[in-house]
This record gives sequence, C-alpha cells and structure tokens, in this order.
Amino acid sequence: MRKYLLIISAALVFVFGCKKDADFLQTDPSNILTDEAVWKSESLVLSVLADLYNRYVDQQTITNWPEYTNFDEAFPSQASEYWRVQQIDYPYDWWRLWDYGQIRDLNLFIQKCSAATALSEEARTRFLGEARFLRAALYFEEVKRMGGVPLITEPMTYNFSGDPTYLQHARAKESEVYDFVIAEMDTIKTMLPDDPATQSRATKGVALAMQARAALYAGSIAKYGVSTPSVFTAGGEVGIPADKAEGYYTKALAAAQELINGGKYSLYQKKTEDLQDNFAAAFYDKANNPEVIFAQDFKLKSGKVQGWTITNQPWSSAEEQQGGRVNPSLNLAEQFEKLDNTYAPFATNAGSDYIYYDNPGDIFAGRDARLGGTIMLPGSKFKGKALDIWAGIMYWNNGAYSIISGDTYGEIGNIPGGPTGVQVVGMDGPIDGKEYSAQTGFLVRKFMDPTVGSGQLGTQSEVWWVRYRYAEVLLNAAEAAFELNQPAVAAGYMNTVRARAGLTIPLAATDITFDRIVHERKVELAFEGHELFDNKRWRLAHKVWNGESLSAAEVISNIGKADKVNTQIYGLWPYKIYNPGSANNGKYVYKVVKSANVTAAHRFNLGNYYSSISADILSNNPKLVKNPNQ
Amino acid sequence: MFRRKYITGLLIAMTAFACKKDNYDEPKTTFQGSITYQGEAINVASLAVNFELWEPGWGKSGAIAVQVKEDGSFSSLLFNGNYKLIIPAGQGPFRSIINNATNSDTIPLKISGSTTMNIEVMPYYMIRNQQISKSGTTAVATFKLEQIITDANARSIENVYLYLNQTSIVDQSNYKVRTAVTGSSITDLNNVSMSVDIPSSMSSVGTTGDQNYAFARIGVKIAGVEDLLYSTVVKIDL
Repeated sequence: MRKYLLIISAALVFVFGCKKDADFLQTDPSNILTDEAVWKSESLVLSVLADLYNRYVDQQTITNWPEYTNFDEAFPSQASEYWRVQQIDYPYDWWRLWDYGQIRDLNLFIQKCSAATALSEEARTRFLGEARFLRAALYFEEVKRMGGVPLITEPMTYNFSGDPTYLQHARAKESEVYDFVIAEMDTIKTMLPDDPATQSRATKGVALAMQARAALYAGSIAKYGVSTPSVFTAGGEVGIPADKAEGYYTKALAAAQELINGGKYSLYQKKTEDLQDNFAAAFYDKANNPEVIFAQDFKLKSGKVQGWTITNQPWSSAEEQQGGRVNPSLNLAEQFEKLDNTYAPFATNAGSDYIYYDNPGDIFAGRDARLGGTIMLPGSKFKGKALDIWAGIMYWNNGAYSIISGDTYGEIGNIPGGPTGVQVVGMDGPIDGKEYSAQTGFLVRKFMDPTVGSGQLGTQSEVWWVRYRYAEVLLNAAEAAFELNQPAVAAGYMNTVRARAGLTIPLAATDITFDRIVHERKVELAFEGHELFDNKRWRLAHKVWNGESLSAAEVISNIGKADKVNTQIYGLWPYKIYNPGSANNGKYVYKVVKSANVTAAHRFNLGNYYSSISADILSNNPKLVKNPNQ
Repeated sequence: MFRRKYITGLLIAMTAFACKKDNYDEPKTTFQGSITYQGEAINVASLAVNFELWEPGWGKSGAIAVQVKEDGSFSSLLFNGNYKLIIPAGQGPFRSIINNATNSDTIPLKISGSTTMNIEVMPYYMIRNQQISKSGTTAVATFKLEQIITDANARSIENVYLYLNQTSIVDQSNYKVRTAVTGSSITDLNNVSMSVDIPSSMSSVGTTGDQNYAFARIGVKIAGVEDLLYSTVVKIDL
C-alpha cells in the first residue's frame, strides 16, 4: 500500500512540480505596485500624484521657521539659531536647488500618464495638467534661485555605452525658463478644473496666478537687472535683456486680469467687525475661504499636521514648554501705515521725555489692520488670553528712571524703595537672550492656529500653508499695471487690497510709485515666502542688506522707501512705570532696542543673486557655466 | 586577577600598535604673497576677496579658494604640482591683467617647494600719501586718490568713507563710527581731507571709554564695483 502511495505522489510531483520556463521565478511583488497596476486605477494614480504634490519646494514656509529669520523680518528666539543674526555674508550655496531627480519623476509621470489609455479621458487630462503644473512650478522655483537651468521635458535614459555625454545639457537662458513656465500655464489652464473650492490641487485659478507671478518676475528682472550689470552671463543664463520687460509685464497683467475678471475668487471678508481678526482668519479659516487659490493642506489625526503654532505660541498661554520663536522685527512692524496713508515710526518719545500710554496696545492704535493681523502686539490676545509682553519696571529714583527686570518669564522681584514680591517682567518677555521669549517685543500671528490643542505636540495644527492667494494676484496686477504706465489701474487694485485692511482713504493714481508697490507687498505678504525673491527680482537685495550696521536713529527713518537699509533687527520694548504720586504711575513707555545677539549686519553680495551650482554638478557636466560674481 | 592584568596589557598593546600612520601626508608647501599693483599691496575688507586655484588632471575638478587678508596678503598650504590661478570676475576693487603665457587672465602656477609670489592686478584707484591722526576729539585723514585705470574701463568714485573701530579689523561691516563724502563732491582727487568725530564711548577722556587707542581706515566705493578699496589700518592713540 505504502509503495503505491509513494509511486503516485512521485508521479504527481513530476506532473505538477515544474513550471513553464516563462513562469519560472515570476511572482508578482506583494509589497509594491507595478506600473501596470497603477496606471489602470484612478485612485492609485492620485496617490502617485499626491507624492509629487508633497515634494513641492518652498523657501520660507511654516514648516521651516528659521528661514524667516535670515533677513530683516524676524529675530530667531531660540539659542541654537542666534547665529543667523550673527552671520554677515550669506553663503553662495544658500537657496541652491538642483533637483533633477524630481524633474525626472515628473517627466516619467507625464510620459506614463499620456500612454495610460485605461484611464478615462477626463481623469487623464486632469492628471496630466496637474503634473505639468508641478513641473512648471519646480522650474519656476529653479529659475528663481539658480537662473537658467537645463530644460529637460522628457525622462532621459542611460544606454550603458560608457559615454554619458549625450545626457549632458547646457543651461537654458533665464528668459527661456520663464517663457517655458508662462507657455505651460497657457496650455495647462484649459486642462484643469476652474473650481475655486479646489484649493489643495491645481486649478485654472492657480495656473493663472502662477503665470502672472512668473511673468512679473521675468519683467522685473529685465527692467531692474539694468542696475546690476555684473549680474549677467554672456549666454543669458543669468539676466534678461531690458527690452523684454514690457512683454512680460503685459503678460502678467493679462493673466492676473483673467483671474480677477473671472470673478471666482475674492478677498476674505467674513469677520469685518474686527479687521485685524479678519486678516488673521484669512489664513487659518479653511471653510469656504474665497481668497486662497492654492495651499499645502494639513489634516488633524491624519499624520500630516504642522507645528507652526507650537513653534511660535506665546509663553503666557503655551500648551508646551516652548514657543515664541519667530519674533517679528520693529523694522517690519513700523512699515504698517497710519490710517491716513502716511508712514511714521511708533511714537516713543516727546522731546526728551517718554510718551506715556495707559494701555500697552495704545501705541499701535490707528494703523493698518494688517499690523495686528500679522503680528501679535503687546496688549493683544491669542486664544482669548491677553499677552504679557513688557520688559521691566522703570521706577523713579533720585530724579531719573532706573530699570528693574528679570531673567525668566514673569519673574517676581522687588522694586527698590517700593513694593516687594511683584512681577518685574512679562510672562512673554522680552528678556534679552532668553529663548522663546518675545525678544523684539513682538510675536508672529500669521498662520497661528487659535484652536485649542494646536500648541500641543500630540495634536498640532491643520492650518494650511497658503502658496497663492487672491490678494497677491491683485498686487501682481497692480505692479504690472504700474510698470506699464497705467497708474490708475494700479491704484484701483491696490485700493481693493488696502480697503480690506481698513485703509479706506484711496490712493490716487499719482500716489502710486515704485516705493508704494514695494511697500504694499512687504506689509501684505510678510511671512509668506516672498521677501527674498521680491528683493532679488527688483535688484534691491544688495542695497537693503548692504552689510553696514544700522543705528537706532536709522532704523526709524526712511520708512516706506524701497531701498531702506535693513541689515539689523531691532525691537520695541514696553516698560511699566512705577512712580507713585505721579500721574504716569502704572502707564507704559516704549524703547527701541537691539538685542545683544544681533552682532552682524547682513550683507547680500552680488554673487548671492543666483545661488552657486555645486562643484560636483559642474564637474559632471562641463557644459554648465557658473553663476556670476562667486 | 592575573587575567585582568593580561587583558589590560593587551589593551595597551592594541592601543599602541593597532593603528598605522595616515598614508597621506598633509599638504606642506606654502604658497604666499600679496595682491599688488607695482609691488604695493592692495588693501581690502576682511573675508571679501578670494581667488581660485585649479589643479587639472584629477577626476573631478573643483577649485581651492584662497582668501585674501585685509592687508592684501594671502597664504595657502598646498601639495606640489601644477596649478592654474584665476581671480574670478567681480572679485576685488581691481581688474585682472592678461597673462602672457596663457593669453587670458589665467596665471599658470608651478608649485614645487614653498613659493612666494605677488599677483599683479590693475586697481581702479590707489590711495596714496595717507595720513590719519587725532586732532582734538576728531580723527583727520588726508590722502590722494590716484586713478589707475583711465581707459574705457575707468570707473568713477561713488563714496569715500573714513571708519573708526576699536579692533584692528576695520571695514564696511566692522566699524563704530564713520563719515562719508560722495565722489562727486570731491573737487581735487590729489588732496582729499576727511574727519570723523571720535565718540566719547571710545575716547579715554570720555565717560565710558576704557581703551586709549582706536583704529582708522579709509574705504573707497567705486561705482559698479562690489568690493571696496581700503587704505592700510592706522592705529591712533587717544
């Protein structure tokens, strides 16, 4: 019996034990998806695309806070980041971007998507439009940082011949890369949905917004590049001829107007009872926000959350033992105009005496609502809790003021000749050199999430990072119109943006100057990643950050001038007065101060206009030319 | 007990003999000199000017950057070999001179043993006959600005600065006080005079000063040239 069993099983093994040669060792992988499987399913293609969206490149962004503190807008209130205000020169490799890995992935996606006949025509068109949008966005980012780069629009393959020279491509002209971005948007806008409710995926709206921004950048480089003749290369890899400026500005205005006249987007106006709150909410309110065109979205409990609120929450109401890092500078705060459209420093002194304010916030009254919407000021509230920002107590001592302060948040001390056991410094600082305290006297408010739990490491925040919004499109239109000698049109768009901020006295066409355009972008778009690139395209960066130290008198002069030197960060510190018997007892005075950590004056060299290409890349591709002045 | 001694001894022996010396020697050859015009060093700002040394023949090409010091001197430790020296365009308040051997601004350089070599360049201007001294509570400087490049590449003077600092590093990023005159307001380049008030915080006779000397320097900003031209640093007793 056992013998038969053995024979039968041996026979079975012979019959079924072997596979065809073609099937031998052919097993579908169980841990990755194959191309074939992906390009049949819309939801799988979408997840590939999600990864590409996730790799979108930003310079300043809410998930990388120290980048905000490299220039003049904010001080880094964290001990390990003080070097940013102690470094004179910007290294030439800063802002370098040479991501051909990502460009290849995008090109592969476009190639495969074009061939994916299993997808519905409608879905395929949209996916293709989105991938081409992302590729153009990456080239736009490349050209902003590096100048002209090789324009590769097909995935390249190495043939293992031992000679890779056919893969080496020379740099395109700077203008050619901008032309590519602009031309792509003309095609892409017809492939994408025209839906203002879609804000985290590409739409016709963002295609137009990006086209306007790119054309405006190219136009201003052409126009203002004339002032820096050494920032050019012979082959046009860096620098755009001046005669192209008008064409680019015309294109920028046309694209912006197409979006504006489309009427699908509008400024955020849901909380008009308090214009400061309204401006702040334009960034954190994600429900039916008509202003946001394109954003990087986050979602609670999904793993994709951001910690901007943890990073910057005021110590007095912090939900963790940290916060207060990005401290907006006085240099920025004083740029916000008074309601009569004039510039003025904050009034700290009357003659030789201080000006005494009843409430810490009074000094900021009567200004552009974007001041309080962008910056948490002394005397304002966050999450319903009043901030506690004051640097110490000034007490009257033998005919002069002496100061008593503390070394830690809300320290308790004694006033000599006065009460003992009183708080001598605010819970939020400012304390010079104390990290997480408001060392400039200010904290950032833009993108801060007022939801409870947003300051906890375990919860974090789902406020989105706004990359394109309607107000910027209006300002782009205004700038392009101004450069095309249509100041009345420019004034119209500027006034729309300004009216939302409570500046109801309209600017006349004659008021629109280059200084006005620069200033409006500075106050409207602070902390939105425009600072470096705006100063670069206007060729202002080497004048604004010229390496010369800045005195307290200089910092409060020339407000509203485009080329105002801003090499060092200053703060504005409130002090409480203790002088019983005087009418000024309990009032507040203000001092303009520079943190002891601000030791260097920033210098933006001509070689910083376009970041250096790494020696490795140059060595691998002899066709590349270096960027100038490095 | 006995075993522990063995292990300790073994460990010591391993520490002493396990490693070999590095198989490469560090670079030992010094290459030094100054950036000069007719043998006279050209003074620049600290960390503002550098030039590049290229050594061809290796797999990957990359430059060795050599920093020029404030007084125009430089020094670099190198391996022996053949180098090419380039001053990148836009570096320094000067222009490169065409080299006869290469017929370009590239200077061929053969390093075998320590070398001292001055690099001749064409500055836009030179500061001559400078005298800086204290007069009361001001520092007074007199000097002559000689225009060297007068052909089509000539540049005008944008500003002239007189700087004071408490350390011997004095330039446009490192100073306590400075005065400026615009180039257009200078009537006679052969006879320029400037003064700067010595602040009481720097002076030994002041209320807070505790250092009885200061350093002064003249800086010249040439239109369209990023790096400033400087005079030598002068120590002034207060």
